[in-house]
Amino acid sequence: MEVTEAVAIDHGLKKEEFSKICELLKRTPNLTELAIFSAMWNEHCSYKSSRKHLKKMHTKGKQVIQGPGENAGIIDIGDDDAIVFKIESHNHPSFIEPYQGAATGVGGIMRDVFTMGARPIANLNSIHFGSPQHKKTRNLLRGVVKGIGGYGNCIGVPTIAGQTTFDESYNGNILVNAMTLGLVNKNKIFYSKAAGLDKPVIYVGSKTGRDGIHGASMASATFDDKIEEKKPTVQVGDPFTEKLLLEACLELMADKSIIAIQDMGAAGLTSSSIEMASKGNLGIELNLSEVPCREEKMTPYEIMLSESQERMLIVLEKGKEDHAKKIFDKWNLDFAVIGKTTNSKKIELIFDNKKVAEIPIDLLAENAPIYDRPWKKTKLPQKLKFDKDEFKSLKLSDCLKKILSNSNISDKKWIWDQYDHTVMGDTIQKPGGDAGVVRVHGTTKAVAASVDSSALYCFSHPLTGGKQIVCESYRNLISVGAKPIAITNCLNFGNPEKEKNMGEFVECVEGITEASKYLDFPVVSGNVSFYNETKDKGIKPTPTIGGVGLISDYQQMLTMDFKTEGNLVYVIGKTDGHLDQSIFARELLNEKKGPPPTVNLFNEKNIGDTVLDLSRKNLIVSCHDVSLGGILTAVSKMCIKGKKGIKINSLKGLTNKYEYFFGEDQARYIVEIPEAGLKKVKEILNKYSVHFDELGTVNGQSIAYKDDINLSIEELVDAHKYWLKKYMDN
Amino acid sequence: MRSSVIIFPGSNCDRDMDVALKKFGFKNQMVWHNDQSIPKSDLIVLPGGFSYGDYLRCGSIASKSKIIKSVIDFANSGGLVLGICNGFQILTETGLLNGILQQNKFLNFICSNVFVKVKDKQNKYFKDLKKDVLELHIAHNEGNYFCSNDELKSLEDNNQIAVTYCGEDGTENETTNPNGAIKNIAGIFNSDKNVLGMMPHPERMIDKYLSGEDGSLFFKNILDNFK
Repeated sequence: MEVTEAVAIDHGLKKEEFSKICELLKRTPNLTELAIFSAMWNEHCSYKSSRKHLKKMHTKGKQVIQGPGENAGIIDIGDDDAIVFKIESHNHPSFIEPYQGAATGVGGIMRDVFTMGARPIANLNSIHFGSPQHKKTRNLLRGVVKGIGGYGNCIGVPTIAGQTTFDESYNGNILVNAMTLGLVNKNKIFYSKAAGLDKPVIYVGSKTGRDGIHGASMASATFDDKIEEKKPTVQVGDPFTEKLLLEACLELMADKSIIAIQDMGAAGLTSSSIEMASKGNLGIELNLSEVPCREEKMTPYEIMLSESQERMLIVLEKGKEDHAKKIFDKWNLDFAVIGKTTNSKKIELIFDNKKVAEIPIDLLAENAPIYDRPWKKTKLPQKLKFDKDEFKSLKLSDCLKKILSNSNISDKKWIWDQYDHTVMGDTIQKPGGDAGVVRVHGTTKAVAASVDSSALYCFSHPLTGGKQIVCESYRNLISVGAKPIAITNCLNFGNPEKEKNMGEFVECVEGITEASKYLDFPVVSGNVSFYNETKDKGIKPTPTIGGVGLISDYQQMLTMDFKTEGNLVYVIGKTDGHLDQSIFARELLNEKKGPPPTVNLFNEKNIGDTVLDLSRKNLIVSCHDVSLGGILTAVSKMCIKGKKGIKINSLKGLTNKYEYFFGEDQARYIVEIPEAGLKKVKEILNKYSVHFDELGTVNGQSIAYKDDINLSIEELVDAHKYWLKKYMDN
Repeated sequence: MRSSVIIFPGSNCDRDMDVALKKFGFKNQMVWHNDQSIPKSDLIVLPGGFSYGDYLRCGSIASKSKIIKSVIDFANSGGLVLGICNGFQILTETGLLNGILQQNKFLNFICSNVFVKVKDKQNKYFKDLKKDVLELHIAHNEGNYFCSNDELKSLEDNNQIAVTYCGEDGTENETTNPNGAIKNIAGIFNSDKNVLGMMPHPERMIDKYLSGEDGSLFFKNILDNFK
């Protein structure tokens, strides 16, 4: 086939990009070469629209061993232990084929982690669907959950936390973000930078098939009516093979045979080989006739673009081939020497004894286009003034019940019952808490992790929204007694070629950066997913933050369930009663306008420090952060989990109880305090000069407030627990 | 007491089982599926997971693996063989235990705490166990036990039903049955009661920070009965 501009455009390249390629090469590329350029230059692999802004992120910190730019980020948790973690999107494939899309998303992120020498110890996910009324939502949700479970359960890594939301902006583009944490000895980390000449390049894992060809390009484009035709671009997962690959790689990593290792993810063999060579400033020669293929007569073009799963590329020390092969034979995996490192600084492909492609590596990596796309700032919406009359007809207990059963608040047990969250025997906080917690096997340490996003806030004002999610993640970790250490982010946005969407991206990144800098909560890894758009309708900006924290003695972990009758319940942090953009405003006042709650980073840090101090001194016995749905929602969850009620004090000076109970002001926690430690608690609260309210006392079997609320735990459970199950059973 | 845990490709509860056994004082070793023989043992454990990917039928390929002949010989000579979850599925595929494990009634994977009633204590696993109801944990997609009427009658007549799903107070009915298993069966014995297969995972319930501690009672009891 002759390569023309039209062919290039079919490969997702822009007209100007094609002429740039011809200019750089000083000739027209052949089809295989064009395919390689298209794979490396698409948005998904090149970050061409985002790179300029990502550079500004706060990525350094005392505990950061590896920041962005590798397969995953790494943090030091003491005693030579390090945690490798990253979050990644698999949005486009999951909308086309929910089971396989989600499954391979989980598989891909786990490979990113064990590529670095770490054993995966926990999975999390953040999944977002269209309106519950939309005809596709139910099946997409069922497929995604089964896919995530099908893959993670089989590998035997617990899924310890997650987030699920519904919003009509995801009707045509669901989001599936998967995160994995792995444990590694910090002296035994493996990187993707090749080094040394004439070193054997090894292919291991599954055979290469025709699945997933153009997957990365597909993920770099918007959808139209013909998305069904894109099914063949979705990869098919085989968790069993991944489990074998995991064990085989870790076995080989026990000694020093590996120089560099890279999983074949997006853009498969193309991207993995070029990245390794590029990082090592080397050339690479691959003999594609040696690549183990699943199907007959595969062409170089297909071999280079296939996104078949469960494959790795390794640069090995010379002479270690037999030793390595023995391990992969033991695990019944393919092993083939397919090339070597060279000093040509080119990628050279041989097939049937003929050279079929030759491209200087810097053209593919460093010379990839970078765009400074135009973007538009979002103005802070004006704060709404709610008329007192609007609240008149509302009864507090009815409001609470309605909010508890809201699709974004209600219990998600239907989902996480389908994920194995206890395998590996170290899960000490299961899904459903503020964060999932796993012990660091054989130590007193535990690692907490949480995934968060707030698309409504980010849509209303991206800068505030960006800050808010970082704070939310921070609070969720502190709420389980963990010291927040670092984050990974998955930046899900619409079409960057539109000024509004690009502006949302730029300002969310700015917000994330500002908050992570202030809180010393650096970004160590992440991924960008643009073009979440169907027929011109984009998603709300949805950056997802995956936060990781450390509990040095897991006996100090906190949970949110109320523990003991008679204990005092305090709200730490000030409630101004911000209702704009709240669930309450949406559900009960049908009001979608207004700014998100203000983020005050000083308060966030100071109050976080206060709560951590209280928990380290064992002065609080349960803790929950106040977020969506405000104080009453948070307290209800503590009642439900602890099967204990609360008597709320008649709070003095309350001007508007709806604002107080349902406002979504930031930087607040609810804590349970045994009376014996109260004096010390007050001293600490005074020392940090934080505002607190004496909310009430753990009491009886109902939530009670004056004559306004008297709801039994069963009534709370009825409202909170069954929405999703009923919805899925329909 | 010496124990051996068999690792099949795709096993994923092998480490958890190893940790649990050692915690309570078993001298445990791990055995690879391609090995010809098993070291001298008093208990052989087939752990949970997805042996050989559970492609074809759960446990079916493992039941034809190289090591399995030694397991069958060991069982037939009266040795204790315990299969948990996928291990239970493998035991039914080898024929050491009757019946089969079908997909869960509601077609979903279930990971959850459950209560099980100990139905028989005239055996080396549950003899003198202090509790009649244990809180354990399940995590499976194919745990819906089924067998023919004749097989069921024989299981009942010979007291081969080991544990059944129940409520906290021991009630057995449809609502306390998580996966649709016939007669709420969660685990069964062979006729000599030296082979036990069960879906719940005692190894995930061995300290108070986990989902519960009743798994400890199970392991300690096996040791106590061995002495």
